Amino acid sequence: MKYKSQKVAYWFFALSMLLVSLQIIYGFIMGFAHMGFDNLHELIPFNTARAVHTNLLVVWLLSGFMGAAYYIIPEEAEEELVSVKLAYVQLISLAIVGVIAVVGYHFNYWEGRKFLEIPRPLDWLVVVNVLTFLGIILATLFKGKKRTTTAMVLTMGLVFAALLYLPGMIWFDNQTMDSFFRWWVVHLWVEGVWELIMGGILSFLLIKITGVDREVIEKWLYVIVGLTFISGILGTGHHYYYIGAGKTWLLVGGIFSALEPLAFLGMALFAVAMYRKGEKKHPNKIALNWTLGTAIVSFVGAGLLGLAHTLPQVNMYTHGTLVTAMHGHLAFWGAYAMINLAIISYTLPNLTGRKLYDSNRGALAFWLSNIGMLGMTVAFGVAGVAQVYMERIMGVEFGEVQKEIQVHFFILICCATMFTTGIILYIAEFVKYGTPSDEALVAAA
Amino acid sequence: MLSKSQAKTFFLGGTVVTFAVFLGLSWNTLSKEVPKRTHEENLTPQVVRGKKIWEANNCMGCHTILGEGAYYAPELTKVYERRGEGYIKAALMSPVPWSPRGRKMVAYNMPEQDAADVVAFLKWIGETDLNGFPAKHKYNTTPNTK
Repeated sequence: MKYKSQKVAYWFFALSMLLVSLQIIYGFIMGFAHMGFDNLHELIPFNTARAVHTNLLVVWLLSGFMGAAYYIIPEEAEEELVSVKLAYVQLISLAIVGVIAVVGYHFNYWEGRKFLEIPRPLDWLVVVNVLTFLGIILATLFKGKKRTTTAMVLTMGLVFAALLYLPGMIWFDNQTMDSFFRWWVVHLWVEGVWELIMGGILSFLLIKITGVDREVIEKWLYVIVGLTFISGILGTGHHYYYIGAGKTWLLVGGIFSALEPLAFLGMALFAVAMYRKGEKKHPNKIALNWTLGTAIVSFVGAGLLGLAHTLPQVNMYTHGTLVTAMHGHLAFWGAYAMINLAIISYTLPNLTGRKLYDSNRGALAFWLSNIGMLGMTVAFGVAGVAQVYMERIMGVEFGEVQKEIQVHFFILICCATMFTTGIILYIAEFVKYGTPSDEALVAAA
Repeated sequence: MLSKSQAKTFFLGGTVVTFAVFLGLSWNTLSKEVPKRTHEENLTPQVVRGKKIWEANNCMGCHTILGEGAYYAPELTKVYERRGEGYIKAALMSPVPWSPRGRKMVAYNMPEQDAADVVAFLKWIGETDLNGFPAKHKYNTTPNTK
């Protein structure tokens, strides 16, 4: 680490580790409920578990992105963060908002809008929090000596993510309008501006790990984020096929969302090509695994599995079934969970000054979590496809179908156990590194 | 070979053009398509009250509506047509968890007025023109009236 203020990143990553653990627990509650073991129903009904599971995901990913920005921006801008104190205040307030939201979900304090369950009064706290964060980042960039493409793309992603949160806060009487703007947040986040954040972090990691010339890496970064927006913005149309928004979207959404995998393919080719081109052999192999892994798994999960049900003719049958859960799990894991784990793995030795690169535990964490998640994706896929054929094509009643597919949730839970073992090992590694120290600063200098 | 500034132009130009098209299409959808397809004239205060109850209880946390939500409980866009008012009210007003085939719903024990509001909301949404969703079954092995 080159700048003292980068240390604040560690605590954002630590919050992410805590929240991901909780997220997994609620995932198990839902997996068991799908299998027929809903013993916790009175205490934590499915809709509570579901809201907690998805919202914790969003918060831990955002916390990771914020940590990544607090690490990357000083290094890219060659300037200390303008206020470390304010960054800590922002961290604590983020944790508090998260806790209030999650506890609230257990007491019917929420809004039943998928992914945006945080009640509107709390939304305002989120806004203040994010504005504080952006203020620190933008002021640092402004004061800094350099404004690199990597830093600008990352910052642009973060600023747009904040702006796009706003349409989700407007109240509509009409469910179709409500849904229309909800996707401005959800879709334009995950298939738009979050890819900018991912691209920025990926570019930073590739520059550091492969040693390839910055100009080459950043040129391709522009191409990739260009492809992301060209396909992703109009690709929003795939959410508008069947919600009462008209026929135009069948065509526009169909064509542009079929192009969406190109951005992820670009990302995968880019990462692999830069790795092969690089002459520098960085000792942090674990970070390299996660960096190449995120580029490849996001192409499979977000790109290919998204394509599998994005055409209107297919989506007519798969819309609102477990097929979506199949795509959702590998997409979020590959693109956004793994990029966070990549930047954490890269920064930990630099923040703490302890170079525990080649531990078997780190490698095992990578493989177990990835194979486990792949297995879960297959289990969701089998259950989802079976559901589509039985319920949507044959006309078998919903509840009958759910009984038939219960067995696939047993496999899901087995794979989820493997996945969880990987994550536990990752967190064990995180804990073993210890907290950041100023000695690490001297070591880097 | 592509230069960095050309790549930048591709990114910025592509973004501006597609976003402009997206805004244009959205304006058309919101001003012309949605009011007609959702029969906005039928959006009564009772329907809006129903939507509020729907959201306050996070029904989307188990069910889907317009195909959106969670996959633990049935799609409800056409539930009014499929089950009728009596069945829906019974499920909402039940003091014990409604549990067809063993899968439990939260026992809402709803006052009749609230249940009637939710029914109004579901009736309204069932009349929306959804481009043919949900698809008609190709076969009909079990009737959907159980």
